[in-house]
Amino acid sequence: MLSAYPRLRAVLLRCAQAIPVVIGVVVISFLLTRALPGDPAVYFAGVMADEASIEETRIAMGLDKPMTQQFVIYVGELLRGDLGMSLTSGRPVATDLANRLPASLELTLTALILASAIAIPLGILAATRPGTWVDHLCRVVVTAGVSLPTFFTGIVLIFVFYYLLGIAPSPLGRLDFIYIEPDHITGFYLIDAALTGDWETWRGAAKQLILPAGTLALFTLAPLARMTRASMLGALSSDFIRTARAAGLTNRKVLYGYAFRNALLPVVTTLGMVFSFALGANVLVEKVFAWPGIGSYAVEALVVSDYAAVQGFVLAMALLFVVLNLVIDLLYTAIDPRIGFEAS
Amino acid sequence: MTGTTTRRDFLKMGAAGASVLPFLKAMPASAQGADTMVVVIGQTINSLDLHRTGTSRAAYQVGINCYDRLVSFGTKEAIGGGYSYDYSKIEPELAESWTVSDDGMTLTFKLKPNARFWDGRKVTAQDVKWSFDRAVTVGGFPTVQMKAGGLERPDQFIAEDEDTFVIKLDRPSKLTIPDLAVPVPYVINSVEVQQNAAADDPWGLEYLHTTPAGSGAYKVLRWAPGEQLVYERNDDWAGGPLPALKRVVIREVPSPATRRALVERGDVQMAFGIPDKDAAELADKIDVFSTPVENCIHCLCPNFAFEPFQDANVRKAIAYAVPYEDIFQTAAFGRGLPLYGGSAEIPEGDTQWPRKTQYYTDLEKARELMAQSAYPEGFEVPLSISLDLASWMEPTALLVQEALGKIGIKVEIEKIPGANWRTAVLVEKRLPLHLENFGGWLNTPDYYFFWAYKDGHLFNSSNYRNEEIEQLVDDSLHMPMDDPAYAPMIKRMFEIALEDLPRIPLYQPALNVAANGAEGYEFWFHRQLDIRPISLT
Repeated sequence: MLSAYPRLRAVLLRCAQAIPVVIGVVVISFLLTRALPGDPAVYFAGVMADEASIEETRIAMGLDKPMTQQFVIYVGELLRGDLGMSLTSGRPVATDLANRLPASLELTLTALILASAIAIPLGILAATRPGTWVDHLCRVVVTAGVSLPTFFTGIVLIFVFYYLLGIAPSPLGRLDFIYIEPDHITGFYLIDAALTGDWETWRGAAKQLILPAGTLALFTLAPLARMTRASMLGALSSDFIRTARAAGLTNRKVLYGYAFRNALLPVVTTLGMVFSFALGANVLVEKVFAWPGIGSYAVEALVVSDYAAVQGFVLAMALLFVVLNLVIDLLYTAIDPRIGFEAS
Repeated sequence: MTGTTTRRDFLKMGAAGASVLPFLKAMPASAQGADTMVVVIGQTINSLDLHRTGTSRAAYQVGINCYDRLVSFGTKEAIGGGYSYDYSKIEPELAESWTVSDDGMTLTFKLKPNARFWDGRKVTAQDVKWSFDRAVTVGGFPTVQMKAGGLERPDQFIAEDEDTFVIKLDRPSKLTIPDLAVPVPYVINSVEVQQNAAADDPWGLEYLHTTPAGSGAYKVLRWAPGEQLVYERNDDWAGGPLPALKRVVIREVPSPATRRALVERGDVQMAFGIPDKDAAELADKIDVFSTPVENCIHCLCPNFAFEPFQDANVRKAIAYAVPYEDIFQTAAFGRGLPLYGGSAEIPEGDTQWPRKTQYYTDLEKARELMAQSAYPEGFEVPLSISLDLASWMEPTALLVQEALGKIGIKVEIEKIPGANWRTAVLVEKRLPLHLENFGGWLNTPDYYFFWAYKDGHLFNSSNYRNEEIEQLVDDSLHMPMDDPAYAPMIKRMFEIALEDLPRIPLYQPALNVAANGAEGYEFWFHRQLDIRPISLT
């Protein structure tokens, strides 16, 4: 029956292929967290704790049991959808992820949209006019973008736009304290506020997003612009473009209908890669802008060996990447009909 | 309450307030009400219940602001500006009065008749007993802290009638009443907890984790770990004068640079616990309170388990080689108090601790002492520091490394991740040379010595043992401070500790708080923000 829907079949196949990956991630994240130096029972029992209270803490955390038994318990809870309790935040890991993952995704996606909106036109312009001022501008922006670390750009932006000029809102996370966060629907404040029609909050959330998203966009802009320029140059010098021009097609049709569409594949690949490393690079931006995202959560959990939180984070990221790769593959087929799932 | 407050309820609560509230949807920060304060902190409040395992230090402030204790400390002017709690003055909070029996073994507290929990129920002696039973039973930090005051078992606590609460002690101790004023022994609404807690959770650890149930000056309106905590005033508070601020927003901002920008611009009224560097630079622009932390010393500790440090001349040589002033200026940016260059003679009756040591930087003297030691050629030793405390430990370690190099001790700096630090330094006590920062909550020298100089005790990370110190600490720990035998014993302890030098005092650190538009800040030994005395300017 599924053969009637090749795309659906392919999606299901890809999801099935992800299962061993996820199992591997569960096992490895469990083992790796246990291999971390440091004893969480000692840490969470507090500085003044004595032997007895450390032992009590160890039992309360279930760390007195043998590792295999801990693993069985962990997997059993996982199958019931329970990711455990985070000791650093004192809440269930699932709740933390549900709150923090959208915060990170909202920031990263906004930054990527912003970066694409600047980088792709800039790359195209640079490719169509190589050697002109646009090309040089592209090069300067790209070099500056990659060579400035995000926390530095973040602090400079805060210094200039908030501290000196006073036009940016206080860098106090996702919403200034005078707003109430919108009802939790998707966890994306912009979407939730729009869905409930609360435009005051929407504006508040958007204002808070500008500086951190701008910081991250500056960082992600470079690979995108570079890739667009390079692949456009490649496409523009190929035979089919020459043919198209010889056939007298309009410049617009040649540029966007043929060259750009062919040049898009590597750009989409880069976009996927940039997205993944931007989620990681978020940590520093999150710290500077007090953004309650997933990167800072994971780093804090790692520092104190908060097993449940680290495992939950790794698992969430693994699932996210499975989905991301799937989406990118689907995008490929949409952009280039020659790439079919049948081939794979 | 915090978990279920809906947006609508929340706005309604705001609308019911007497004055203009800042939570109206789009009011600019500058136009916020005159009775709302915003504070930024660097750490996460991860629980609303101090008694729970894993509660972070930042979360202690909920225990302070939302709950009452039987007694509290008075207030005095602080060194470094502002006010400080006064260890020598005990004041009533929930207790109206109290008496101590002649043998010092029975404490009887009368509760204030008008004290009520947030749900309107009267605070009874039964609630006090339940809360104390909880603190000594749940284990971990609260139980250890209660023990310091001689409060160990539920059968020591008796609710005689509704208003009378009695504590029976195993032995009289000067530490008991001060220990009742620390954040741990707070009074919980036991009826509310028993009604709401799950059957397998008799002490309501899960319930109180998210839902405080107290009688304190502030209630928690909202709590989002990792983001913010919002307090709202309890207008019926009986524990003291009604606080000026109606609402206080605590925002968590991890980056110190961002915290500094926020308070400097005046968008937040207070930045709590800022780095020494920021404190030094902000001091002439806005109000900065740098209060030396009582009973706390940043030390360089030579471990007796490491053979060369068993040589008294080596330890003294190090004490004369350390560049105290450079460390104080570079690591602490001049915040806090220097502890070098004092007199070796301790005047009669002087029990001041931390105190200036007789040591100062004198490389010639240090070289002489090294030449007299069993290691005239010097030796190699690792100097361990914690990455979590790198802001002061790293510059200090570099300066120590350079100075000890000049007297032939080759130092290599070893950085230990925060999660391993405690095990390595305090439990295994295996670091040959390290930096340490113990501070005692109860402000008496004998209490400091109990933790830091007694053999096998947690903060004695140098494996130091001196029979006379053991005896002196045991004898003086519970003795009243006005006992004529007390001061001479303390003096002797100082002399031995500063002669033997298992811990070389570097300086007394400060807790830095920047305020821009708020006044009345008061330093507390627990190093958390007490918002009750604060008002806006």
